[in-house]
Amino acid sequence: MHELSVTESILKIVLKHAEENGAEKVLTIGLKIGELSELVGECIQHYFDYLSKGTIAEGAVLEIERAPIVFDCTECKHTFQASFSDTKDFTCPECHGAKVTLVSGREFYIKDITIS
Amino acid sequence: MADIRLIEIKEDILSDNKDLADEIRDTLGRHKVFMLNLMASPGGGKTSLIINTIRRMKDAFRIAVIEGDIDSVVDAEKVVKEGIPAVQLKTGGFCHLDASMIKLALNELDLAGLDLVIIENIGNLVCPAEFDTGAHKQAMILSVPEGDDKPLKYPMMFSVCDVLVINKIDYLGIADFDMNAAKERVVKLNPKIKIIDVSCKTGQGVEEWTCWLEKEIKTYRGSTAP
Repeated sequence: MHELSVTESILKIVLKHAEENGAEKVLTIGLKIGELSELVGECIQHYFDYLSKGTIAEGAVLEIERAPIVFDCTECKHTFQASFSDTKDFTCPECHGAKVTLVSGREFYIKDITIS
Repeated sequence: MADIRLIEIKEDILSDNKDLADEIRDTLGRHKVFMLNLMASPGGGKTSLIINTIRRMKDAFRIAVIEGDIDSVVDAEKVVKEGIPAVQLKTGGFCHLDASMIKLALNELDLAGLDLVIIENIGNLVCPAEFDTGAHKQAMILSVPEGDDKPLKYPMMFSVCDVLVINKIDYLGIADFDMNAAKERVVKLNPKIKIIDVSCKTGQGVEEWTCWLEKEIKTYRGSTAP
């Protein structure tokens, strides 16, 4: 829902790094977004196409990698993945303990860019 | 043909917002002002909880409220009626408050004359969860009529909050709401969260809420250097 302000930040960071590296054009942008984040990839690309017009990042393709939701069981130390749809039950599949800590799923960063 | 180069960035997309939020916490720290970010769905009872909080705490604490709304001053007017300064941020369609908006609002307040600032965030369980406002603690309200399935639908929000107020408990029995199931779901997402049952209408649980808040303010003051 807040894809526009997020996309503004993405463009700003990308342009900063591209210019520092003497880029003429930005080709791809690799993003890592956790599954817990409700951002819509298509929407970010759409805003990006609009905001990047006239910059060296115009036409760049956003490659979004979703980071899975991963928990650590505090009791038996087992690490397991969960999907957004079965968030009904975040119990450890090994020991059925309910004390689990989220270790991945909230990521929200720019991994890398390719430039020419 | 020009070479194609891969540049590693690993930069947080919201790093600008995070930096600004840290700057806000530094400023608040100099004045020993505690800031609470209150989030909920529209109609969850944010304004009612704030009014109840003001009534119980205004003799001992100097309070101000930052109101986030798409486009109205209704909530700010209610707060001002209680004799408390309020800053209204009209976000014009924006779905959340971020650090830059809070910085603007804080400029309108006399921090030297305050102990507590409460942010009433935009009514929304999705976006506010992702933006650091510079507040010291995150609070959210889940109201009974909304249903006990909300932690399943909006896990992010429940996982970032320090305290959850379950409001409108006077509706229990009328609404289809399983209190134990709701709490179990929340604790699984966030084992450290503090849960307080409240009815802003009957006043039940409001004291437990203000006790929690007062304790947090005292802990915070103890942690800021004189």
